[in-house]
Amino acid sequence: MLELDGVDIQLGTFRLQADLRVPKGACVAVMGASGSGKSTLINAIAGFQDHLGAIRLDGTDLSDLAPDQRPLSILFQDGNLFPHLTAAQNVALGLSANLRLSRDDWVRVDQVLHRVGLGGKEHKKPTALSGGQQSRVAIARVLLRGRPLLLLDEPFAALGPALRQDMLALVAGVAAQEGTTVLMITHAPEDARAIADQTIVVENGRAAAPCDTQDLLDNPPDGLRAYLGT
Amino acid sequence: MLALLLLFIFGTLLAVALRADDLSGLPSDFWPTVWFTLMQATLSGALSVLLAIPVARALMRRSFRGKALLIALLGAPFILPVIVAVLGLLSVFGRGGLLNTAVGWFGGDPVSVYGLTGILLAHAYFNLPLATRLLLQGWQDIPQGRVRLAQSLGMRGMAAFRHIEWPMLRDRAPGIFLAIFTICLTSFSVILLIGGGPRATTIELAIYEAFRFDFDLGKAALLALVQFAICGFVAVIALQTRLPQSAGSGVGHTTLPVLSNTKGIGAFDGLAIFLATAFLLIPLGMMLAKGVSALGDMHGAVWPAAIRSLVIAVASALGSVVMALALCLFALSLRRGAALIDGLGFLILATSPLVMGTGLFLIVFPFVNPTSVALWVTGLVNATVAMPFILRSILPALQQAERDHGRLADSLGLLGWARLRWMLVPRIRPALGFGAGLAAALSMGDLGVITLFSDPQRATLPMEMFRLMSSYRQDSAMAAALLLVGLSFGLFWLFDKWGRRYA
Repeated sequence: MLELDGVDIQLGTFRLQADLRVPKGACVAVMGASGSGKSTLINAIAGFQDHLGAIRLDGTDLSDLAPDQRPLSILFQDGNLFPHLTAAQNVALGLSANLRLSRDDWVRVDQVLHRVGLGGKEHKKPTALSGGQQSRVAIARVLLRGRPLLLLDEPFAALGPALRQDMLALVAGVAAQEGTTVLMITHAPEDARAIADQTIVVENGRAAAPCDTQDLLDNPPDGLRAYLGT
Repeated sequence: MLALLLLFIFGTLLAVALRADDLSGLPSDFWPTVWFTLMQATLSGALSVLLAIPVARALMRRSFRGKALLIALLGAPFILPVIVAVLGLLSVFGRGGLLNTAVGWFGGDPVSVYGLTGILLAHAYFNLPLATRLLLQGWQDIPQGRVRLAQSLGMRGMAAFRHIEWPMLRDRAPGIFLAIFTICLTSFSVILLIGGGPRATTIELAIYEAFRFDFDLGKAALLALVQFAICGFVAVIALQTRLPQSAGSGVGHTTLPVLSNTKGIGAFDGLAIFLATAFLLIPLGMMLAKGVSALGDMHGAVWPAAIRSLVIAVASALGSVVMALALCLFALSLRRGAALIDGLGFLILATSPLVMGTGLFLIVFPFVNPTSVALWVTGLVNATVAMPFILRSILPALQQAERDHGRLADSLGLLGWARLRWMLVPRIRPALGFGAGLAAALSMGDLGVITLFSDPQRATLPMEMFRLMSSYRQDSAMAAALLLVGLSFGLFWLFDKWGRRYA
């Protein structure tokens, strides 16, 4: 279970507070207007944002851990791959930051690439891959790292709607098999409906506790209604 | 690393200060020398910037075949060995050069380029292209929106100039002038080759003469101290001014609409471009042609000197890059790191290599015969002198790499060595290669500190060439110049190509 306990972030005049719990293995959407603090919340969990209060995963406080020490993976809006490394190397970084891998490790790299549908593309550089394929490489690395929590900061926003939904479905499928907890920022209600049972609404400086996505989108509170334009 | 570098700059200065005569030791020609130093630097800076304005403006507004090539060529004088350029200029403007031959046909008296005229000519040769590139960058940085606004308001002629171009010039020109002023303040080889005498001696040359001809270390040290004081003063002014950022490779690919269109402006632009191109290319072409025809006269001593120079150039380039990289990584970990790098870069730029050399000479003099370490000292000074250019090249690249991939690297635990190897170096490789290329070419063509320790057994290629010129063996000098130019550009090309591979 992911717990945000009295989390309080002050950024100049902007303030964000969060007190909430996300059950293990849940897939939760994070919605809110631009500038409401969705990314700030995700960054705090990932370790890129100082905060007061505690962030715990299965009882362990993450607050003092460096980003790479935290039991989580994160996919950013862009720049998830190093352009000078091959697909396999980009994935392998998930096992060893020095890229010192045993023969067995490289086999595992190959396996996850196959699992996301990129068999045979091991030696391609990101520029030689399509946008969807690049996303798959990043997902393969998440898979290989096998961390219990996955944060998505709109990594597929630049893809077209159909491709974006394919990628989200891939992530959701993988997460379900591995029992990974997923927190994903999204602007699109249909994405939330498609893969997130629950949704956290961020507005007026607060991240609310997750509630049922269908109920929320069928009867949105005023702030969210204005944002969605429904 | 930073401490070591500061120790190097200020330690050599301290050595100089301790050894310096008191002020009564000032030679009688001291004030004229200071006056001439400042005057030639001021004139060189002003001349370069003023002449660069019409050239840059013309380049910005016209598009023609070979424009990209011409703009790339504008970068060439920067890595052209000074002694080669001077030889080229002499073959056009010198006693037996093209100009005087033409003057002779018309029965005129020969024009002499030795002294102030020649110094200004040579400084303009190196700095006019630099100023042009930097101004071109300025023109390019004018927001497109503002240009379109001016067009839609129907601004023409002087109005357009006043509201669009003049603000840019007022913003950029002082910084460019100051940078060139500083370069010319510490210029040594040009003065050594075509200056000198009672009416064209700078402080740098006076230091050299105190060393070589009088072997008066006290006087040399005192002069070095004066030079440092002047440069320090300029550095303080420079820190208050917006200095030009180096003109990258993206310069000159856009064309500004001709707003200030008055009658005859097209011809004027064409003339500016033509004259600048001729000024740039004819001396170089003459030098190359004469060098090729004189290849048979290659002096035997040239080859070992070339090998020595190559070793020094490669070693000092690598040393310089490693120092610069370490410094930048250190600076990135600080909050005001970028400002530190800027300050350090200018401190080095304002530090005269000859003063550093003098200091090192004074430090090692009591222990070993200075000539036996001449090449080490040369390499060390060259590596330091090239640092500002490498710092300017790699710091922005490192910052960009951190912006693009810093969080990804953090989240994957790419720290320390792994971050350097798998993320930073691959990302900044073009900047590293370019910087190392500059450093190698500058070191290859350097005719500075080495002259203090002249020893035929340990001459560098430019030193050997200087010796050939001094003994009036023009043909051998031309052949050596061709070799020197080939090696300088070759080194630059190799390093730069290494950087661009896989990019």
